[in-house]
Order: sequence, then C-alpha cells, then structure tokens
Amino acid sequence: MSEFPILSLITFLPVLGMIIILFLPKEQPKTIKYLSIAITGLQVIMAFVLLANYNYGAAGINEENSFQFVEKFRWIHITGISWLGTVKVDYFLGIDGLSMPMILLTAIVSFIAALSSWTIDKSVKGYFALFLLLDTGMMGVFVALDFFLFYIFWELMLLPMYFLIGIWGGPRKEYAAIKFFIYTLFGSVFILLVMIGLYFSATETLADGSKVFTFNMLVMMNPANYNSDGILSAFNPNNLRFIAYIALFAGFAIKIPMFPFHTWLPDAHVEAPTPISVILAGVLLKMGTYGILRVSYPIFPDITRDLMWYIALFGMINIIYGALVALAQKDFKKLIAYSSVSHMGYVLLGMASLTTAGVNGAIFQMFNHGTITAMLFLIVGVVYDRTHTRGLNDFGGLAAQMPVYTGFVTVAFFAAIGLPSMSGFVSEALVFIGAFGVDSIRVLTMISTLGILLGAGYMLWTLQRVFFGPLNEKWASLNDLDKREYAMLIPLSVIIIFLGVYPSAMLDLMNTSVNSLVNFVSITLHSTTLSGF
Amino acid sequence: MSESLLINLSIIILFLPLLGFSIVVLLGKRFPKLYLLEVGILGIALLLSVALLLGKFTNYMTNDIVASFTWITMGNAPLVGSLNIELGIKIDNITAIMLVVVNLISFLVHVYSIEYMRGDKRYTRYFAYLGIFTFSMLGIVLTHNLLMMYIFWELVGVSSFLLIGFWFEKKSAADAAKKAFIVNRIGDIGMFIGILILFTHYKTFTFDLIFQQIADGNLPFGSDAWLTAAGILVFMGAVGKSAQFPLHVWLPDAMEGPTPVSALIHAATMVAAGVYLVVRIFVMLTADAMLVIAVVGAFTALVAATIALTQNDIKKVLAYSTVSQLGYMVMSLGVGAYAFAFFHLVTHAFFKACLFLGSGSVIHAMHHEQDIRNMGGLRKKMPITYYTFLVSTLAISGVPFFSGFLSKDGILAGTLAFGKLTGHWLIPLMAFTVAALTAFYMFRLVILTFHGKPKDHHKFEHAHESPFVMTAPLVLLAVLSIFIWYTPNPIAPDAGWFMKTWVKTPVQVTPLESRFNFMQPSREEAKVHGEVVHSVEYSEAIHWAHYPAMLLSLIVAGLGILIAFMFYQWKKLNADKLAVKLQLLYNFSLNKWYLDEAYDATAVHGTLGSSKMLAWFDNKIIDGIVNGSAWVTRFTSKLSGLFDTFVVDGLVNFSAFFSGFIGLSFKRLQTGKVQTYIVYVVFAVIFLLLFLKPF
Repeated sequence: MSEFPILSLITFLPVLGMIIILFLPKEQPKTIKYLSIAITGLQVIMAFVLLANYNYGAAGINEENSFQFVEKFRWIHITGISWLGTVKVDYFLGIDGLSMPMILLTAIVSFIAALSSWTIDKSVKGYFALFLLLDTGMMGVFVALDFFLFYIFWELMLLPMYFLIGIWGGPRKEYAAIKFFIYTLFGSVFILLVMIGLYFSATETLADGSKVFTFNMLVMMNPANYNSDGILSAFNPNNLRFIAYIALFAGFAIKIPMFPFHTWLPDAHVEAPTPISVILAGVLLKMGTYGILRVSYPIFPDITRDLMWYIALFGMINIIYGALVALAQKDFKKLIAYSSVSHMGYVLLGMASLTTAGVNGAIFQMFNHGTITAMLFLIVGVVYDRTHTRGLNDFGGLAAQMPVYTGFVTVAFFAAIGLPSMSGFVSEALVFIGAFGVDSIRVLTMISTLGILLGAGYMLWTLQRVFFGPLNEKWASLNDLDKREYAMLIPLSVIIIFLGVYPSAMLDLMNTSVNSLVNFVSITLHSTTLSGF
Repeated sequence: MSESLLINLSIIILFLPLLGFSIVVLLGKRFPKLYLLEVGILGIALLLSVALLLGKFTNYMTNDIVASFTWITMGNAPLVGSLNIELGIKIDNITAIMLVVVNLISFLVHVYSIEYMRGDKRYTRYFAYLGIFTFSMLGIVLTHNLLMMYIFWELVGVSSFLLIGFWFEKKSAADAAKKAFIVNRIGDIGMFIGILILFTHYKTFTFDLIFQQIADGNLPFGSDAWLTAAGILVFMGAVGKSAQFPLHVWLPDAMEGPTPVSALIHAATMVAAGVYLVVRIFVMLTADAMLVIAVVGAFTALVAATIALTQNDIKKVLAYSTVSQLGYMVMSLGVGAYAFAFFHLVTHAFFKACLFLGSGSVIHAMHHEQDIRNMGGLRKKMPITYYTFLVSTLAISGVPFFSGFLSKDGILAGTLAFGKLTGHWLIPLMAFTVAALTAFYMFRLVILTFHGKPKDHHKFEHAHESPFVMTAPLVLLAVLSIFIWYTPNPIAPDAGWFMKTWVKTPVQVTPLESRFNFMQPSREEAKVHGEVVHSVEYSEAIHWAHYPAMLLSLIVAGLGILIAFMFYQWKKLNADKLAVKLQLLYNFSLNKWYLDEAYDATAVHGTLGSSKMLAWFDNKIIDGIVNGSAWVTRFTSKLSGLFDTFVVDGLVNFSAFFSGFIGLSFKRLQTGKVQTYIVYVVFAVIFLLLFLKPF
C-alpha cells in the first residue's frame, strides 16, 4: 500500500492539465498541444511506475486487502436523514489484475491520441480541455471501487465525448454525437437504477458496529452483507436480482457494443475525428466488458452462472454478424467499426466461459483490441488526411506509392486477423481454449471460429482494394509517413509484436486476479437454501 | 556433439533466417546490397543443419532430443488445475533430414534468385520475404507441439501471401495471394478445432505427452470417435496447406508468384508441411481417420493428374503435378506406408524444385513466355536446363535409377498391400492410374517445351542458356534425383540407409480395436524400441505386393511415356483431334473440373450475398429501430408539448383568467373606505356566528 496517492494523481493529472489550458491564451495552440502531449506522456510514465511497483501475486477482486495502491476515505457521509439512515460514499480507489492492463491501455492510447490530435486546428483550446477531461473520466472508471464513484466517472466520459464528436466531427456530426450521447445515457440509467437497488440491499458494518448502506462494490460482492428484505438480496423471495442483472448487463452491453445495441458505433466512428475514433475504439469500448467483469460478475455470480450460455451466444453473434457486416462496407472507418464489433465478440465469448483461459483471453483481448484497433484508425487517419476520402474503392495500388505506410498497415491488418506472433492471436486462442473447454458452449465456440476466416476475408480484401493493384493515378503524389506518424505507429507495432511473442508480460499481470475472479464467480452462493442458514 | 549443443544449433538455425529478414527489411532501403547477407545467412544455416544431421546420426540415431520452455503460465486454474502452455523443439531423424532439405532448397533458391529476380524494383525486399518464409518453415519442422505447429503454420501462410502477391500491381497476383490465404484458413479452422479437442482433454499441446496418454487408454472425452474426429480435423490443416481436394484450388493460382518462389514454397517445402503434419500425428490416427486420409489423398492425386493433362501453361502443369504428388504422399500415409510417404516428400522436394527452377530458366530465356504451345526446340539452346529437367521428369515419372522410382514404388506397393488387407482396391487402382497419367503429362511437357521445332521464332532466337548461378542449382538438384544417394540398389529402396536406418514407422498409440488390424505390432519388443510395427500379415502383404507393384508401375510409366511420344514427338496420334472427339472430357479437364466456378457460385457469392443482406438488415432494421424509437420519442414529446401548451398551460392560463375575472367582479367591494370594511367585518362575524352555532 503506497502512501503516495498515485492513483489519484494518474486520474486527475489530466484535469490539472485542463485547468492550465483554460488559463492559456487561445492564440498559442502549439503550447496547448505540447502541454497535452506532455500531460498524457507523464500519465504513461506513471502507468509504468505502477507497473514496476505492481505485486503480481495480489488478487484483488473481492478482497480489499489484496487491492493495490488503495486510497480510501469518506467522501460523503451524512448521518441520520430520516428513514434513509446514513448516506455514505467512499472515495475508494484501488487496482488489481483486471484494472492494471486497462490503465496501461488508457495511458498509452491517450498519449497516442494526443499525438494524433496535432492536426486539429479548430478551437484548439476547447478541444484539448475536453480531451483531457475525457482522459480523467476513463482512468477514473478503471480505478474506482466505489459504485457511486464509478458511476460518476462513467458519466464524466459522456459529456466531453459528445462535444468532441459534435464539434470536431465530420458532416453528420450532430446526428452521431446525439445518437452516441442518448444511447449511452440510456444505458447509464439502467446502471444507476441497479446501483441504487444494490445500495438499499447491502450493508457495511462500520468500526463502531453500526450497519450502514454502502456503495462499496466489494461489500456488495459478499452475500453475507445482504439484508434479507433487500430487493436485490437472494434471501428475499421477491428479489429482483435477475431483472437487475439484465438491466445492468444492458447498460454495459451498449458500451461494448453488443448486438443489437451496436449501431451507434459505426456512426460515431465515421463522424469522429481520427484521435477520437482512436480513443473510442481503444478505450471506451472496453468500459462495457470491464464493467461486466468488475461489477456484474462478482456481485451477481449466481445469475452470471445461469446466463453463461446467453452471453456466449451474444459473443458468437457479435463475432459472426460483425464480420459479415464488415465484409459489405465500402467506407474504411465503417469497416473497422464493424470489425470492432466482431473483435469485442471474442471478449464476450471468453468471459462467458468462466474459465481461467477464457477470462484471461478476454481481458488480454480487450487490451489487444485497444492497441490494434487504435492502430487501424490511425492508419485510416493517415490516408484520410492526405486524400480526404475513405471510400475503399477510391484507392488502389498505394503499396507502391507508400511502401513504409503499407508495411505498418500489413502489421496492423495481420494483427487484426489474429496472426501468430502478434498479440491478437494469443488472446483469441486463449478465448477459444477457454470457451471450448466448457461443454455447454462448445458448439457456439466452434461456430465462432468462423470469425477468424471471415476476418481474414474482409481484412485481406481491404488490403487488396486499397493497397494492391495498379496505382490510382489520382494519388501519384502522396507522401509516405512523416515523423509524427512514425511516433504514433511504431510504439503500437512494437507493443503488438512484443505481446505476441511474449504474452506473459501481460498475462502474468492479470492471472492471479482472473483465477480469483473465476473461482469467486464459480462458487459463491447467493441463496438461502444453500448458504447454511 | 552433446544434446544441448544440438538444441542450440537448431535454435541458431531457426533464428538465422529471421535475423536476415529483420536486417534486410529495416535496412534494405539504405543498403540494397544486403540481399547478399540474406543469401550468406542461408548458406550458414545450411552448413549448420548438415552438421546437426551428422551429429544426430552419429550419436543419437535412435534417441530424440527434446527441449521445451513454459510460454504461458496460468497458475492453478479453478476447476481445471495447473494450466501451462509449453513450446519446444524436438529433434528426431525426420526433423534432422527436413532441416537439411528445407535449408538446401531455400539456399539454392536464394542463389538462383540473384539472377532470376535481377532488375526487380523490390529486389532486396524479395530476399527478406524468402528469409521470413524459411524461418516459418523451419519452425514447423522443429516444433514438438501442436500450438507451435499452428503458429508457424500461419506464419508460413503469411510469407506465402507476401510472396505470391509479390507483384501486387497485377490484379491476378493480388487475387491469388488472397485466395491462397483464405482457402488455407478454411483448413486451419478445422486444424484449430482439432487442436482444441486435444488440448481440452489433455491440457497439453505437446505431441509426445498427448500420444503417451492415448497409449495409456485415455481417449479424448472418453471415446475413440472423438479421437477419429481430432485426427481428421487436424488433417484438415494439411488439406489446406498441402493442397488436397477440395481445398487444392489455391495452389495453381499461386503460380502468379515469382517462379523461384514456386519452387521453394509451392513445390518443395510449404506444401510438404501438410504431409509433415500428418507424419507427426500419424501414431494417433485411427483406422477410420486413416481411411479418410487415404481416400482424400488418392482422389486428390487423380483429380490433379487429370487436370494436368490439358494445361498449357508450363507452371500450371507443374502445379497440378505437385498437387497430384502431394496426394500421393497423403494417400501413402493413409494406407500406412509411413516411411515411404516421408521418403517421397524428400525425393519430390528435390526433383520438383528442379523442375520449377528449370521452368523458371525457360521462362527467363523466353522473356516471360509461359505457354508451352509457343515453345519447342529449346533442347539445343538450353542444354543444361534440358538435361536437368529431363532427369527430374524421369524421376517423377518413376523410371528406375532415379529417386522418384524408389519412393513411388514403395507407395504403390503400400497401396496394393492395403487393398489386399482391407479390400479397398479402389485406392491402388487410382494410384496406378495416376502413375500412368503422370508419366504421360510430364513427357508431354518435356516434348512440347524442349523437343521438336520452335513455334515462336522471334522468342526462340533470343533464347539462351541461363547463367551459372541459375544452372548450378539445377544441376545439384538433378544430381540429388539419382538413386545412389538413397540406396545402393536402384530397385530396392528398403536396402538403403534412408529406409533401413533413418526413418522408421512408429508404433501406433490408438486403442487396438480402433486401428487397422495390420497396424498391430508383430513383436512386443518392437513396441519398446519403437521399431517396425506392422503385423506379420502386413509384412507378408508388402512382400507379396513388392514385385507386382514394381512391374505394374514400370508398365504404366512406360505406357504413359510411350503415349506421350506417340502424340507429341512422333505425331502418330493427334491430340487436337482427340480433344475435339472428347470435347466434354477435354473441357472438364481444361477448366479444372469447374471447381473454381462452383466455389465462386456457392461459397464466395453466398458469403458476399449474406454479408450484403446483413448490412442492409443492420442499416435498415436494427438502426431503423433505434432511429424509429428516437422518432417515437420526439413525436411523443411533441404531443406532450402540445398538451402542455394547450391543456396544462391552458388550465394555468384559465385559472389566471378566472382569478382575474373574479378579481374584476369583486373589485367594486374595495372602496378604500375604512367604515365600509368595518361593516363587512361585522356582517361576516354575524354570519359566521350564525353558521357555526349548531357545532
């Protein structure tokens, strides 16, 4: 337990940057840009400091004392509000093997997105202020252990994202921004309802022996803390746990996005500027699956076990459906958006398996999808900056004109296809290993393997349409990559290949927690008849 | 040599080509001469692999050397137990031989390409790709487990993609590259599911550990049906990579790549990887799985041979002959002739590489002419190419004194014995038919290309023998296609060191009741030594088949060659007239059994069609519902807006109006005079008193 509040620092550092930016004159866009890059760069360094001090053997999940870098103190504490009793919200941060990879991912993707934002020239000040606020929101979701705090960060992401798409976006930016905003807000309402339901169902015993309602997620995970009359308590015969689980899952599923809640994604991606697409695909989509693993799984282990097959089914649908729809796209960004739908399906499938290999694979896939898809959107950005078109049929033969660029494209595309020696392969393989090992979802897993065929189909077809064939004369004067683009693409390629060759670097980080989570979700009982009452 | 030295040597051999690739890719633009480094690296790798072979054969002829490490640790997984993923290397005799074969052919192709590819605008890049391919292929050869096999399997697929599509400006090349990768992936999915079955049950990917458990009677999910399924599914990988029917369609298209690439990848090494995979899993194949494999192999051999008869592109003929020969090897494994399958893999690698490089020499000389109808008479112009090509053709046709005869004869004897023991006579029948067809179409190729009179005089005038760096590999490969390297007795392969001491059929691990009767070991002690495993009846059957097979194979090969000469050399028969007479069959063969068209109409269009349909569904229905509910919300809000304006606000306004009206009516009461108010108050009090009295 570190004395130094490093988690608060890494979370609120961007807000600090935002405040400084607000005081800078807007005539100095370069200063603002450099400052933002420096702030996000510092965040990367701090993420690696966390990594260096990380204890690989601590599990976290439902045990407060095995969380790391914990910061906990009372934030809101009002005693005696009539029948409500004490209202207590903790400022409770801490990380374990589920959040550590996500923190690394958020830091890295934000830094690269900041680099990529260099080309923004419309109201730079506002853009970077919102960008940094968004950064704080994302980081906060991954470090919060109090449901109330978690929800605040969750909502904090929405607003900057809305403006970043709505102001700096493409031709249909208003439509896309509103759609994104309303859709996710719609999901948030469900999360909020379940959060309040849980609050009134579980109590925490304070040091003085009194019992108070709490938003502490770790408390909510222990069946013993539920009152027998709480509506989300399994001891209550009229409990609404099942409905609450579905509602919570729907709230998270919108963010993943899970079929059939995915249609906001292509629109948001197409209209968002490149760096925002990078953030959206790289980090924001992970919120949904992270939420399910952090909140739904350990708080509702009983329902999770019952619904495994359905989660796997939706995983399979995401994989196959996303890939097939991607195959039909003619817009480069839409193609990658649908490929995201497909790739997030692997995460769902791995989670649904409730096995060590599957859940490890799922979290690893979250990280890998973040880096690979970020790279794919940067790649689209490179060509869009030069040609102002994204039509897959408008290109042709770029490989001869931009060989270095094509080299990076090949790395990213084959990573997306799941080529061994790249990180995506390991996570997909682990997902399949985990899911195939479970009798009930074996058939779904076998069908899902078709995704790796379809993935090769749409990716290679794109490679061919854009990069192979005779050079389209219109583009005979395009330049190859510049230094800034190198700076964005090289780190991502290195991460992708490094983790493909040495996946243990990431897997060891999450393994203890995953084993603990799988164990906890598999055995925890939430019913009167079986818990020995 | 110690074991650790051999392991280290193999690791160096494995990573040398990767090093070459990395250096050339990163620095090739600045230092175009770096391709020489890549060639040199391959030379070193070749020398080292020869040293490794010698070390293995002198000290560890019957021992295998294994080294492994843990790649992924997942600790003590709940409900599963300790879960680790190991990668590692196993060097047995087959590995040692394959290392030399792969490195030798790769080195020769590197050397050959120095001249063949000269002037290409991505010259250095080409050598880098050869390097990454060699690395991937060596990985397949060295692996001791299924996962690493799959990893390098895919890497080979990508290297092949890059090399087939090397001239990506040509649409046909880009198409062929994509097709190769995707068709291969279909097989890979099967292979992957097969691997998943094995891993789910055994919690390991390592071949020997899996085999050990099967031998102990621990079957996947407790049934031999799953074992059969796993065998066939893993074999699907080989169906893709080794271009077996029905996934063979990518290989002929892959000829779009540079010809030396065809020699290296699509003749000698990569396509042999599938056969190598089946060799590796051979001991766990049940009788049912073996039968499937035998039938697929035999049918592939036949289909490809019938197509090769009518092709006019020199490389296409060789491509189909490759498919056909790969079918032979697969069939051979299916009928239990394990050692001969591997033997044929090696001999075929040499003579087929020689044929492809020879065709490259011809294409080079003829300024990229590939149609054999425009060739002829090149024998005098290109003697070295001609004679090496001829030697290889004799080898592939199964003429005595050449390597192909030895291995083919063994396979044919194996199929005959198989027919006798199991009653599946169709397989030897197909095998001998293919032998005849092979001899015919190969000599058709030789005669049309090198004999007779030139057809395109302009190109013929300019044709010339290729330079030394191209002819030297041809000569070396042709020399390796002579029997003496494999056996001292040109008609008895069993007498040679290759079959006698180097490659032994391993003992099956499948349960006794699910393997062929003839695969039972004859002696218990044989099982211990991992030696010859066949039953007495099998030995007898092989013995019985030996001379008939040899005689028959000589007859069919001779017939095939004779007929080829009748048609094309002496013109006693007219091929064109025959083609007209057998129009239907001719077109069927020329158009490759219309398989490409069939796949296009079904699988390709089916997928694209459903993809378009789903995209429409996604856009109109799913997103339609989203936008529809948005519309409904807006509509409702408009309605409630109206309600608000006219009803709710109307009520508010009405009450305001009403109060105003009341106010107006009563304002006369307000006079401003105190005495009037007092009167009101008094009356009010009286009224109240009267009214409240009853209470």
